[in-house]
Amino acid sequence: MRLSLPARAALCLITIATLLFLYLPLVVVARLSFNPAKSVAWPGWSGYTTDWWSKAWESDAPREALLNSCKVALVATVIALVLGTLAAMAMTRFGFFGKDVVSFLLVLPIALPGIVTGIALQNTFSRTIDLGLFSFKVGFGFHSLVIAHATFCVVVAYNNVVARLRRSSPNLLEASADLGAHGSQTFRYITFPLVRSAMLAGGILAFALSFDEIVVTTFTAGSGFETLPQWILANFSRPQNVPLVNVMATFVMIVSIPLAWLAQRLSDGGDGGDGGAGR
Amino acid sequence: MGATSGGRASGPSRPWRALNRAYHGRRRLGIGSLLGLPLTWMLVIYLGSLVMLVVSALYELDPVTQKPTSTFTTANLSAAFTEWDTVWVVIRTAGVALLVTVICFLISLPVAFFVSKVAWRWARRGIVVAMLLPLWAGYLVKGYAWRAMVSPAGNQFAAAGRGGGGFLESTFGWTPGYGRVAIVITLVYFWLPYMVLPIYAGLDRLPASLLDASGDLGARPLRTFRSVILPLLLPSIAAGSIFTFSLSMGDYIVPQIVNQGEERFLFGSVINGVLGAPNQPLAAALTLWPLLIIIMYLLAMKRLGAFENL
Repeated sequence: MRLSLPARAALCLITIATLLFLYLPLVVVARLSFNPAKSVAWPGWSGYTTDWWSKAWESDAPREALLNSCKVALVATVIALVLGTLAAMAMTRFGFFGKDVVSFLLVLPIALPGIVTGIALQNTFSRTIDLGLFSFKVGFGFHSLVIAHATFCVVVAYNNVVARLRRSSPNLLEASADLGAHGSQTFRYITFPLVRSAMLAGGILAFALSFDEIVVTTFTAGSGFETLPQWILANFSRPQNVPLVNVMATFVMIVSIPLAWLAQRLSDGGDGGDGGAGR
Repeated sequence: MGATSGGRASGPSRPWRALNRAYHGRRRLGIGSLLGLPLTWMLVIYLGSLVMLVVSALYELDPVTQKPTSTFTTANLSAAFTEWDTVWVVIRTAGVALLVTVICFLISLPVAFFVSKVAWRWARRGIVVAMLLPLWAGYLVKGYAWRAMVSPAGNQFAAAGRGGGGFLESTFGWTPGYGRVAIVITLVYFWLPYMVLPIYAGLDRLPASLLDASGDLGARPLRTFRSVILPLLLPSIAAGSIFTFSLSMGDYIVPQIVNQGEERFLFGSVINGVLGAPNQPLAAALTLWPLLIIIMYLLAMKRLGAFENL
Protein backbone atom coordinates (compact mmCIF):
# COMPACT_ATOMS: atom_id res chain seq x y z
CA MET A 1 0.00 0.00 0.00
CA ARG A 2 1.56 3.29 -1.08
CA LEU A 3 0.37 6.31 0.80
CA SER A 4 0.60 9.69 -0.84
CA LEU A 5 3.00 12.24 0.58
CA PRO A 6 0.24 14.43 2.09
CA ALA A 7 -1.25 11.36 3.79
CA ARG A 8 2.09 10.44 5.29
CA ALA A 9 2.71 14.02 6.37
CA ALA A 10 -0.71 14.12 8.04
CA LEU A 11 0.01 10.90 9.92
CA CYS A 12 3.34 12.34 11.03
CA LEU A 13 1.67 15.51 12.26
CA ILE A 14 -0.95 13.56 14.22
CA THR A 15 1.82 11.57 15.89
CA ILE A 16 3.75 14.70 16.82
CA ALA A 17 0.57 16.33 18.15
CA THR A 18 -0.15 13.22 20.25
CA LEU A 19 3.33 13.28 21.73
CA LEU A 20 2.87 16.95 22.58
CA PHE A 21 -0.49 16.13 24.17
CA LEU A 22 1.20 13.45 26.29
CA TYR A 23 4.15 15.52 27.46
CA LEU A 24 2.83 19.06 27.69
CA PRO A 25 0.96 18.64 31.03
CA LEU A 26 4.06 17.08 32.56
CA VAL A 27 6.20 20.01 31.43
CA VAL A 28 3.62 22.42 32.82
CA VAL A 29 3.74 20.84 36.28
CA ALA A 30 7.53 20.76 36.26
CA ARG A 31 7.60 24.44 35.39
CA LEU A 32 5.03 25.26 38.08
CA SER A 33 7.25 23.68 40.71
CA PHE A 34 9.69 26.57 40.12
CA ASN A 35 6.92 29.14 40.09
CA PRO A 36 7.35 31.95 42.65
CA ALA A 37 3.57 32.42 43.05
CA LYS A 38 1.43 30.01 45.06
CA SER A 39 -1.00 29.10 42.31
CA VAL A 40 -1.63 26.90 39.32
CA ALA A 41 -2.10 29.97 37.11
CA TRP A 42 0.32 29.76 34.21
CA PRO A 43 3.24 32.11 34.94
CA GLY A 44 4.77 32.05 31.46
CA TRP A 45 8.42 31.09 31.13
CA SER A 46 9.99 33.81 33.22
CA GLY A 47 10.43 33.96 36.99
CA TYR A 48 11.98 31.01 38.75
CA THR A 49 12.59 30.01 42.32
CA THR A 50 13.89 26.85 43.94
CA ASP A 51 12.39 27.80 47.31
CA TRP A 52 9.59 25.24 47.08
CA TRP A 53 12.04 22.46 46.43
CA SER A 54 14.02 23.21 49.56
CA LYS A 55 10.81 23.71 51.49
CA ALA A 56 9.48 20.33 50.31
CA TRP A 57 12.77 18.75 51.31
CA GLU A 58 12.38 20.12 54.85
CA SER A 59 8.70 19.21 55.28
CA ASP A 60 8.08 16.04 57.22
CA ALA A 61 4.68 14.98 55.86
CA PRO A 62 5.57 14.63 52.16
CA ARG A 63 8.91 13.03 52.98
CA GLU A 64 7.35 10.48 55.26
CA ALA A 65 4.65 9.77 52.67
CA LEU A 66 7.37 9.24 50.08
CA LEU A 67 9.19 6.77 52.34
CA ASN A 68 5.96 4.93 53.07
CA SER A 69 5.25 4.60 49.35
CA CYS A 70 8.72 3.20 48.75
CA LYS A 71 8.44 0.65 51.56
CA VAL A 72 5.05 -0.63 50.42
CA ALA A 73 6.14 -0.77 46.78
CA LEU A 74 9.33 -2.64 47.62
CA VAL A 75 7.70 -5.43 49.63
CA ALA A 76 4.71 -5.72 47.28
CA THR A 77 7.09 -5.99 44.31
CA VAL A 78 9.06 -8.83 45.86
CA ILE A 79 5.87 -10.80 46.57
CA ALA A 80 4.48 -10.05 43.11
CA LEU A 81 7.71 -11.15 41.44
CA VAL A 82 7.74 -14.50 43.20
CA LEU A 83 4.07 -15.20 42.51
CA GLY A 84 4.15 -13.85 38.96
CA THR A 85 7.27 -15.77 37.93
CA LEU A 86 5.97 -19.05 39.35
CA ALA A 87 2.66 -18.59 37.53
CA ALA A 88 4.42 -17.65 34.29
CA MET A 89 6.56 -20.78 34.42
CA ALA A 90 3.54 -22.97 35.03
CA MET A 91 1.51 -21.33 32.28
CA THR A 92 4.19 -21.60 29.61
CA ARG A 93 5.49 -25.05 30.43
CA PHE A 94 2.29 -26.96 30.96
CA GLY A 95 -1.08 -27.25 29.33
CA PHE A 96 -3.83 -28.16 31.77
CA PHE A 97 -7.52 -28.09 32.38
CA GLY A 98 -8.71 -24.65 33.46
CA LYS A 99 -5.70 -22.81 32.08
CA ASP A 100 -7.95 -20.16 30.52
CA VAL A 101 -9.64 -19.55 33.86
CA VAL A 102 -6.27 -19.06 35.54
CA SER A 103 -5.16 -16.50 32.95
CA PHE A 104 -8.51 -14.74 33.35
CA LEU A 105 -8.05 -14.66 37.13
CA LEU A 106 -4.56 -13.21 36.82
CA VAL A 107 -5.71 -10.37 34.55
CA LEU A 108 -8.81 -9.58 36.58
CA PRO A 109 -7.23 -7.33 39.25
CA ILE A 110 -6.07 -4.77 36.67
CA ALA A 111 -9.08 -5.17 34.38
CA LEU A 112 -11.60 -4.60 37.17
CA PRO A 113 -11.88 -1.01 38.32
CA GLY A 114 -9.78 -0.15 41.33
CA ILE A 115 -12.84 0.85 43.26
CA VAL A 116 -14.28 -2.69 43.09
CA THR A 117 -10.97 -4.24 44.14
CA GLY A 118 -10.58 -1.60 46.82
CA ILE A 119 -14.01 -2.00 48.39
CA ALA A 120 -13.78 -5.79 48.19
CA LEU A 121 -10.43 -5.89 49.99
CA GLN A 122 -11.53 -3.27 52.51
CA ASN A 123 -14.56 -5.40 53.32
CA THR A 124 -12.40 -8.48 53.82
CA PHE A 125 -9.70 -6.76 55.86
CA SER A 126 -12.20 -5.14 58.22
CA ARG A 127 -13.93 -8.39 59.11
CA THR A 128 -13.03 -10.92 61.75
CA ILE A 129 -12.52 -14.10 59.80
CA ASP A 130 -13.51 -17.17 61.76
CA LEU A 131 -11.84 -20.36 60.58
CA GLY A 132 -13.24 -22.57 63.34
CA LEU A 133 -9.91 -23.37 64.99
CA PHE A 134 -8.90 -19.76 65.24
CA SER A 135 -10.12 -16.42 64.07
CA PHE A 136 -8.21 -13.37 62.92
CA LYS A 137 -8.63 -9.93 61.49
CA VAL A 138 -6.30 -8.50 58.87
CA GLY A 139 -6.89 -4.90 59.84
CA PHE A 140 -5.34 -1.88 58.16
CA GLY A 141 -1.89 -0.38 57.87
CA PHE A 142 1.37 -1.21 56.15
CA HIS A 143 0.62 -4.92 55.87
CA SER A 144 -2.85 -4.52 54.35
CA LEU A 145 -1.44 -2.16 51.73
CA VAL A 146 1.28 -4.65 50.87
CA ILE A 147 -1.26 -7.46 50.42
CA ALA A 148 -3.51 -5.28 48.26
CA HIS A 149 -0.69 -3.92 46.12
CA ALA A 150 0.96 -7.30 45.64
CA THR A 151 -2.36 -8.66 44.36
CA PHE A 152 -2.60 -6.28 41.42
CA CYS A 153 1.16 -6.21 40.79
CA VAL A 154 1.32 -9.97 40.16
CA VAL A 155 -0.05 -9.51 36.65
CA VAL A 156 2.73 -7.06 35.72
CA ALA A 157 5.48 -9.46 36.76
CA TYR A 158 3.57 -12.33 35.17
CA ASN A 159 3.12 -10.50 31.83
CA ASN A 160 6.80 -9.70 31.54
CA VAL A 161 8.08 -13.16 32.39
CA VAL A 162 5.44 -14.93 30.31
CA ALA A 163 6.31 -12.79 27.28
CA ARG A 164 9.98 -13.67 27.63
CA LEU A 165 9.31 -17.39 28.13
CA ARG A 166 6.98 -17.50 25.12
CA ARG A 167 9.62 -15.92 22.94
CA SER A 168 12.32 -18.32 24.05
CA SER A 169 12.45 -21.68 22.37
CA PRO A 170 11.25 -24.75 24.32
CA ASN A 171 14.09 -26.58 22.56
CA LEU A 172 16.46 -25.02 25.07
CA LEU A 173 14.82 -26.95 27.91
CA GLU A 174 14.81 -30.14 25.88
CA ALA A 175 18.44 -29.68 24.91
CA SER A 176 19.30 -29.15 28.54
CA ALA A 177 17.52 -32.35 29.52
CA ASP A 178 19.11 -34.26 26.63
CA LEU A 179 22.52 -33.19 27.86
CA GLY A 180 21.69 -34.80 31.18
CA ALA A 181 20.79 -31.73 33.24
CA HIS A 182 18.38 -32.19 36.10
CA GLY A 183 15.38 -29.96 36.65
CA SER A 184 17.19 -27.75 39.14
CA GLN A 185 20.21 -27.36 36.85
CA THR A 186 18.00 -26.45 33.92
CA PHE A 187 16.37 -23.78 36.04
CA ARG A 188 19.67 -22.44 37.28
CA TYR A 189 21.58 -22.39 34.00
CA ILE A 190 18.82 -21.98 31.40
CA THR A 191 15.48 -20.69 32.67
CA PHE A 192 16.65 -18.21 35.26
CA PRO A 193 19.29 -16.45 33.11
CA LEU A 194 16.66 -16.29 30.37
CA VAL A 195 14.03 -14.57 32.48
CA ARG A 196 16.35 -12.57 34.75
CA SER A 197 16.11 -9.29 32.86
CA ALA A 198 12.37 -9.77 32.26
CA MET A 199 11.95 -10.22 36.03
CA LEU A 200 13.90 -7.05 36.67
CA ALA A 201 11.77 -5.16 34.16
CA GLY A 202 8.58 -6.59 35.65
CA GLY A 203 9.87 -5.68 39.09
CA ILE A 204 10.47 -2.07 38.14
CA LEU A 205 7.05 -1.77 36.53
CA ALA A 206 5.36 -3.42 39.52
CA PHE A 207 7.19 -1.02 41.81
CA ALA A 208 6.04 1.94 39.73
CA LEU A 209 2.47 0.65 39.64
CA SER A 210 2.37 0.23 43.40
CA PHE A 211 4.10 3.55 43.98
CA ASP A 212 1.48 5.41 41.91
CA GLU A 213 -1.63 3.57 43.01
CA ILE A 214 -4.29 5.64 44.70
CA VAL A 215 -7.72 4.00 44.43
CA VAL A 216 -7.10 0.64 46.08
CA THR A 217 -4.74 2.44 48.44
CA THR A 218 -7.44 4.80 49.68
CA PHE A 219 -9.60 1.84 50.68
CA THR A 220 -6.94 -0.39 52.22
CA ALA A 221 -4.53 1.97 53.96
CA GLY A 222 -6.53 2.76 57.05
CA SER A 223 -6.17 6.07 58.79
CA GLY A 224 -2.68 5.92 60.27
CA PHE A 225 -0.71 5.30 57.11
CA GLU A 226 -0.28 7.75 54.23
CA THR A 227 1.43 7.13 50.90
CA LEU A 228 2.67 9.87 48.58
CA PRO A 229 -0.33 9.73 46.19
CA GLN A 230 -2.62 9.99 49.22
CA TRP A 231 -0.70 13.01 50.44
CA ILE A 232 -1.02 14.66 47.01
CA LEU A 233 -4.75 13.89 46.89
CA ALA A 234 -5.24 15.38 50.33
CA ASN A 235 -3.27 18.54 49.57
CA PHE A 236 -3.78 19.58 45.95
CA SER A 237 -6.83 21.65 46.82
CA ARG A 238 -5.24 23.42 49.78
CA PRO A 239 -3.94 26.69 48.33
CA GLN A 240 -1.05 26.97 50.79
CA ASN A 241 0.19 23.49 49.82
CA VAL A 242 -0.11 23.85 46.04
CA PRO A 243 3.62 24.66 45.61
CA LEU A 244 4.65 21.57 47.60
CA VAL A 245 2.28 19.42 45.55
CA ASN A 246 3.92 20.79 42.38
CA VAL A 247 7.33 19.83 43.71
CA MET A 248 6.34 16.33 44.83
CA ALA A 249 4.53 15.69 41.53
CA THR A 250 7.59 16.79 39.58
CA PHE A 251 9.80 14.68 41.81
CA VAL A 252 7.70 11.58 41.10
CA MET A 253 7.99 12.20 37.35
CA ILE A 254 11.75 12.72 37.51
CA VAL A 255 12.22 9.45 39.35
CA SER A 256 9.66 7.21 37.68
CA ILE A 257 10.03 8.10 34.01
CA PRO A 258 13.74 7.13 33.74
CA LEU A 259 12.98 3.95 35.71
CA ALA A 260 10.18 3.07 33.30
CA TRP A 261 12.57 3.71 30.42
CA LEU A 262 15.10 1.37 31.99
CA ALA A 263 12.44 -1.31 32.42
CA GLN A 264 11.53 -0.93 28.77
CA ARG A 265 15.14 -1.43 27.75
CA LEU A 266 15.45 -4.48 29.97
CA SER A 267 12.35 -6.20 28.72
CA ASP A 268 13.42 -5.59 25.13
CA GLY A 269 16.72 -7.23 25.93
CA GLY A 270 17.38 -10.93 25.76
CA ASP A 271 16.73 -11.44 22.08
CA GLY A 272 16.48 -7.99 20.61
CA GLY A 273 12.79 -8.67 20.82
CA ASP A 274 9.57 -7.42 19.42
CA GLY A 275 7.69 -5.51 22.04
CA GLY A 276 6.07 -7.67 24.68
CA ALA A 277 7.15 -4.96 27.04
CA GLY A 278 4.23 -5.50 29.33
CA ARG A 279 2.72 -2.63 31.19
CA MET B 1 22.28 -13.85 27.49
CA GLY B 2 25.04 -15.58 29.39
CA ALA B 3 23.25 -18.88 29.78
CA THR B 4 26.44 -20.87 29.72
CA SER B 5 28.07 -19.34 32.77
CA GLY B 6 29.87 -21.80 34.95
CA GLY B 7 28.98 -25.07 33.28
CA ARG B 8 30.01 -27.05 36.34
CA ALA B 9 30.72 -30.66 35.57
CA SER B 10 29.60 -32.05 38.92
CA GLY B 11 25.88 -32.63 39.41
CA PRO B 12 23.59 -30.93 41.88
CA SER B 13 24.05 -31.50 45.57
CA ARG B 14 22.14 -34.19 47.44
CA PRO B 15 18.96 -32.40 48.50
CA TRP B 16 18.60 -31.06 44.96
CA ARG B 17 19.05 -34.54 43.55
CA ALA B 18 16.33 -35.87 45.80
CA LEU B 19 14.07 -33.04 44.74
CA ASN B 20 14.81 -33.65 41.06
CA ARG B 21 14.01 -37.32 41.46
CA ALA B 22 10.75 -36.49 43.18
CA TYR B 23 9.69 -34.21 40.36
CA HIS B 24 10.96 -36.31 37.51
CA GLY B 25 8.10 -37.26 35.20
CA ARG B 26 5.45 -36.01 37.62
CA ARG B 27 3.60 -33.40 35.63
CA ARG B 28 0.92 -32.73 38.20
CA LEU B 29 3.40 -32.19 40.98
CA GLY B 30 5.23 -29.72 38.72
CA ILE B 31 2.07 -27.77 37.89
CA GLY B 32 0.94 -27.89 41.49
CA SER B 33 4.08 -26.54 43.04
CA LEU B 34 4.55 -23.83 40.44
CA LEU B 35 0.96 -22.68 40.37
CA GLY B 36 0.01 -23.50 43.96
CA LEU B 37 1.26 -20.36 45.64
CA PRO B 38 0.13 -17.74 43.09
CA LEU B 39 -3.20 -19.46 42.53
CA THR B 40 -3.90 -19.72 46.26
CA TRP B 41 -3.07 -16.05 46.72
CA MET B 42 -5.37 -14.96 43.91
CA LEU B 43 -8.18 -17.32 44.87
CA VAL B 44 -8.16 -16.70 48.60
CA ILE B 45 -7.34 -13.01 48.79
CA TYR B 46 -8.75 -11.69 45.55
CA LEU B 47 -11.59 -13.95 44.46
CA GLY B 48 -12.49 -14.59 48.09
CA SER B 49 -12.82 -10.86 48.68
CA LEU B 50 -14.96 -10.42 45.59
CA VAL B 51 -17.29 -13.19 46.73
CA MET B 52 -17.49 -11.73 50.23
CA LEU B 53 -18.27 -8.35 48.71
CA VAL B 54 -21.21 -9.80 46.79
CA VAL B 55 -22.41 -11.61 49.89
CA SER B 56 -22.12 -8.49 52.03
CA ALA B 57 -24.61 -6.78 49.73
CA LEU B 58 -27.25 -9.18 51.01
CA TYR B 59 -27.30 -7.96 54.60
CA GLU B 60 -29.28 -5.22 56.21
CA LEU B 61 -27.71 -2.09 57.61
CA ASP B 62 -28.35 -1.24 61.23
CA PRO B 63 -29.74 2.31 61.01
CA VAL B 64 -28.40 3.24 64.44
CA THR B 65 -24.85 1.89 64.48
CA GLN B 66 -24.53 2.13 60.67
CA LYS B 67 -22.89 -1.29 60.68
CA PRO B 68 -24.03 -4.28 58.64
CA THR B 69 -26.22 -6.72 60.60
CA SER B 70 -26.73 -10.41 59.98
CA THR B 71 -30.29 -9.99 58.72
CA PHE B 72 -30.73 -11.17 55.15
CA THR B 73 -32.31 -8.73 52.71
CA THR B 74 -32.56 -8.07 48.99
CA ALA B 75 -33.39 -4.41 49.51
CA ASN B 76 -29.86 -3.23 48.70
CA LEU B 77 -29.86 -5.13 45.44
CA SER B 78 -33.22 -3.82 44.36
CA ALA B 79 -32.21 -0.29 45.34
CA ALA B 80 -29.02 -0.59 43.33
CA PHE B 81 -30.66 -2.08 40.26
CA THR B 82 -34.06 -0.45 40.07
CA GLU B 83 -33.67 3.14 41.21
CA TRP B 84 -33.71 5.17 38.04
CA ASP B 85 -31.32 7.77 39.45
CA THR B 86 -28.66 5.14 39.96
CA VAL B 87 -29.30 3.37 36.68
CA TRP B 88 -29.01 6.67 34.85
CA VAL B 89 -25.58 7.37 36.37
CA VAL B 90 -24.49 3.87 35.32
CA ILE B 91 -25.64 4.50 31.75
CA ARG B 92 -23.91 7.88 31.72
CA THR B 93 -20.68 6.39 33.08
CA ALA B 94 -20.74 3.59 30.49
CA GLY B 95 -21.34 6.28 27.86
CA VAL B 96 -18.33 8.27 29.06
CA ALA B 97 -16.21 5.09 29.10
CA LEU B 98 -17.31 4.29 25.53
CA LEU B 99 -16.63 7.86 24.41
CA VAL B 100 -13.15 7.74 25.95
CA THR B 101 -12.54 4.38 24.24
CA VAL B 102 -13.64 5.70 20.84
CA ILE B 103 -11.52 8.85 21.14
CA CYS B 104 -8.50 6.79 22.22
CA PHE B 105 -9.06 4.50 19.24
CA LEU B 106 -9.36 7.39 16.79
CA ILE B 107 -6.09 8.90 18.03
CA SER B 108 -4.25 5.58 18.37
CA LEU B 109 -4.99 4.25 14.91
CA PRO B 110 -3.20 6.92 12.82
CA VAL B 111 -0.41 7.17 15.39
CA ALA B 112 0.18 3.41 15.52
CA PHE B 113 -0.05 3.19 11.75
CA PHE B 114 2.49 5.95 11.34
CA VAL B 115 4.90 4.38 13.80
CA SER B 116 4.69 0.83 12.46
CA LYS B 117 4.44 1.44 8.71
CA VAL B 118 5.58 4.95 7.82
CA ALA B 119 8.18 6.17 10.34
CA TRP B 120 11.86 5.53 9.77
CA ARG B 121 12.82 2.12 11.05
CA TRP B 122 15.30 3.47 13.61
CA ALA B 123 12.73 5.84 15.11
CA ARG B 124 10.00 3.24 15.72
CA ARG B 125 11.04 1.83 19.08
CA GLY B 126 11.88 5.30 20.28
CA ILE B 127 8.43 6.71 19.49
CA VAL B 128 6.63 3.74 21.05
CA VAL B 129 8.67 4.05 24.23
CA ALA B 130 8.03 7.80 24.27
CA MET B 131 4.30 7.06 24.08
CA LEU B 132 4.50 4.63 26.99
CA LEU B 133 6.66 6.58 29.40
CA PRO B 134 3.98 9.06 30.54
CA LEU B 135 2.01 6.02 31.77
CA TRP B 136 4.49 5.82 34.61
CA ALA B 137 4.50 9.48 35.57
CA GLY B 138 1.97 8.75 38.30
CA TYR B 139 -1.79 8.72 38.08
CA LEU B 140 -2.34 11.57 40.51
CA VAL B 141 0.54 13.54 39.11
CA LYS B 142 -1.07 13.45 35.68
CA GLY B 143 -4.52 14.22 37.03
CA TYR B 144 -3.09 17.12 38.94
CA ALA B 145 -1.25 18.26 35.80
CA TRP B 146 -4.58 18.53 34.00
CA ARG B 147 -6.02 20.44 36.89
CA ALA B 148 -3.27 22.98 36.33
CA MET B 149 -3.77 22.86 32.55
CA VAL B 150 -7.49 23.58 32.46
CA SER B 151 -7.70 25.88 35.48
CA PRO B 152 -9.91 28.81 34.44
CA ALA B 153 -9.11 32.44 35.24
CA GLY B 154 -10.77 33.72 38.39
CA ASN B 155 -10.54 30.28 39.97
CA GLN B 156 -9.92 30.44 43.69
CA PHE B 157 -6.46 28.96 43.30
CA ALA B 158 -5.55 31.07 40.30
CA ALA B 159 -6.60 34.18 42.20
CA ALA B 160 -3.59 33.94 44.50
CA GLY B 161 -1.25 34.33 41.52
CA ARG B 162 -1.53 36.75 38.65
CA GLY B 163 -5.25 36.25 38.47
CA GLY B 164 -4.77 34.46 35.17
CA GLY B 165 -5.90 31.02 34.09
CA GLY B 166 -3.96 27.81 33.72
CA PHE B 167 -1.74 26.92 30.80
CA LEU B 168 -4.52 26.44 28.24
CA GLU B 169 -6.29 29.70 28.97
CA SER B 170 -3.21 31.90 29.09
CA THR B 171 -1.58 30.29 26.05
CA PHE B 172 -4.52 29.60 23.74
CA GLY B 173 -7.11 31.85 25.33
CA TRP B 174 -9.45 28.90 25.71
CA THR B 175 -10.04 26.29 28.39
CA PRO B 176 -12.82 23.79 28.96
CA GLY B 177 -12.60 24.75 32.63
CA TYR B 178 -13.41 22.23 35.32
CA GLY B 179 -16.27 19.99 34.28
CA ARG B 180 -17.36 17.16 32.02
CA VAL B 181 -15.15 18.04 29.05
CA ALA B 182 -12.12 18.18 31.33
CA ILE B 183 -13.04 14.77 32.73
CA VAL B 184 -13.16 13.19 29.27
CA ILE B 185 -9.88 14.86 28.21
CA THR B 186 -8.14 13.69 31.38
CA LEU B 187 -9.44 10.13 31.01
CA VAL B 188 -8.29 10.02 27.38
CA TYR B 189 -4.93 11.33 28.51
CA PHE B 190 -4.64 8.63 31.16
CA TRP B 191 -5.52 5.60 29.08
CA LEU B 192 -4.40 6.53 25.56
CA PRO B 193 -1.07 4.63 25.75
CA TYR B 194 -2.97 1.45 26.66
CA MET B 195 -4.70 1.68 23.27
CA VAL B 196 -1.65 2.73 21.24
CA LEU B 197 0.49 -0.20 22.37
CA PRO B 198 -1.71 -3.17 21.33
CA ILE B 199 -2.71 -1.50 18.04
CA TYR B 200 0.94 -0.84 17.27
CA ALA B 201 1.82 -4.45 18.13
CA GLY B 202 -1.05 -5.68 15.93
CA LEU B 203 0.00 -3.53 12.97
CA ASP B 204 3.59 -4.59 13.45
CA ARG B 205 2.60 -8.23 13.06
CA LEU B 206 0.71 -7.42 9.87
CA PRO B 207 3.01 -8.35 6.97
CA ALA B 208 3.67 -5.49 4.58
CA SER B 209 3.24 -7.92 1.69
CA LEU B 210 -0.45 -8.21 2.59
CA LEU B 211 -0.90 -4.48 2.15
CA ASP B 212 1.10 -4.54 -1.08
CA ALA B 213 -1.04 -7.40 -2.37
CA SER B 214 -4.16 -5.46 -1.61
CA GLY B 215 -2.75 -2.46 -3.44
CA ASP B 216 -1.70 -4.62 -6.41
CA LEU B 217 -5.24 -5.94 -6.63
CA GLY B 218 -6.36 -2.38 -7.16
CA ALA B 219 -7.57 -1.45 -3.68
CA ARG B 220 -7.11 2.16 -2.68
CA PRO B 221 -5.66 2.80 0.79
CA LEU B 222 -9.10 3.35 2.29
CA ARG B 223 -10.38 0.06 0.89
CA THR B 224 -7.24 -1.77 2.07
CA PHE B 225 -7.81 -0.30 5.49
CA ARG B 226 -11.44 -1.42 5.62
CA SER B 227 -11.10 -4.87 4.13
CA VAL B 228 -7.62 -5.97 5.18
CA ILE B 229 -6.24 -4.01 8.10
CA LEU B 230 -9.33 -3.51 10.24
CA PRO B 231 -10.47 -7.18 10.36
CA LEU B 232 -6.95 -8.35 11.23
CA LEU B 233 -6.56 -5.61 13.80
CA LEU B 234 -9.80 -6.33 15.63
CA PRO B 235 -8.27 -8.45 18.45
CA SER B 236 -5.69 -5.75 19.15
CA ILE B 237 -8.34 -3.04 19.26
CA ALA B 238 -10.39 -5.20 21.60
CA ALA B 239 -7.36 -5.70 23.85
CA GLY B 240 -6.74 -1.96 24.04
CA SER B 241 -10.38 -1.19 24.66
CA ILE B 242 -10.42 -3.42 27.75
CA PHE B 243 -8.15 -0.94 29.46
CA THR B 244 -9.66 2.28 28.16
CA PHE B 245 -13.18 1.09 28.89
CA SER B 246 -12.83 -0.57 32.26
CA LEU B 247 -10.36 1.90 33.70
CA SER B 248 -12.69 4.77 32.77
CA MET B 249 -15.70 2.85 34.05
CA GLY B 250 -14.42 2.68 37.62
CA ASP B 251 -12.66 5.99 37.92
CA TYR B 252 -13.71 8.29 40.70
CA ILE B 253 -10.58 10.30 41.36
CA VAL B 254 -10.62 12.27 38.11
CA PRO B 255 -14.00 13.86 38.89
CA GLN B 256 -12.54 14.96 42.22
CA ILE B 257 -9.62 16.64 40.52
CA VAL B 258 -10.96 18.33 37.39
CA ASN B 259 -14.65 18.55 38.17
CA GLN B 260 -15.86 20.65 41.01
CA GLY B 261 -19.42 20.69 42.18
CA GLU B 262 -21.03 17.89 40.20
CA GLU B 263 -20.57 14.93 42.50
CA ARG B 264 -22.70 12.29 40.83
CA PHE B 265 -21.37 12.51 37.30
CA LEU B 266 -19.49 9.20 37.28
CA PHE B 267 -20.62 6.03 38.98
CA GLY B 268 -17.41 5.60 40.99
CA SER B 269 -18.18 8.81 42.89
CA VAL B 270 -21.67 7.52 43.70
CA ILE B 271 -20.26 4.31 45.16
CA ASN B 272 -17.68 6.23 47.13
CA GLY B 273 -20.34 8.57 48.48
CA VAL B 274 -22.55 5.69 49.61
CA LEU B 275 -19.58 3.97 51.22
CA GLY B 276 -18.75 7.12 53.12
CA ALA B 277 -22.40 7.56 54.18
CA PRO B 278 -21.60 4.96 55.60
CA ASN B 279 -23.67 2.24 54.00
CA GLN B 280 -21.33 -0.63 53.23
CA PRO B 281 -24.04 -3.11 52.07
CA LEU B 282 -25.52 -0.67 49.55
CA ALA B 283 -22.04 0.28 48.32
CA ALA B 284 -21.31 -3.43 47.85
CA ALA B 285 -24.56 -3.84 45.90
CA LEU B 286 -23.61 -0.87 43.72
CA THR B 287 -20.18 -2.32 42.88
CA LEU B 288 -22.02 -5.19 41.21
CA TRP B 289 -22.77 -2.82 38.34
CA PRO B 290 -19.18 -2.21 37.24
CA LEU B 291 -18.33 -5.80 38.17
CA LEU B 292 -21.02 -7.24 35.89
CA ILE B 293 -20.51 -4.75 33.07
CA ILE B 294 -16.78 -5.31 32.97
CA ILE B 295 -16.91 -9.08 33.26
CA MET B 296 -19.41 -9.10 30.38
CA TYR B 297 -17.15 -6.76 28.45
CA LEU B 298 -14.10 -8.96 29.14
CA LEU B 299 -15.94 -12.07 27.97
CA ALA B 300 -17.08 -10.31 24.79
CA MET B 301 -13.54 -9.12 24.10
CA LYS B 302 -12.18 -12.59 24.81
CA ARG B 303 -14.35 -13.87 21.96
CA LEU B 304 -12.69 -11.32 19.70
CA GLY B 305 -9.31 -12.79 20.68
CA ALA B 306 -8.27 -9.89 22.86
CA PHE B 307 -6.55 -11.98 25.52
CA GLU B 308 -3.84 -13.19 23.14
CA ASN B 309 -3.01 -9.52 22.58
CA LEU B 310 -2.87 -8.22 26.12
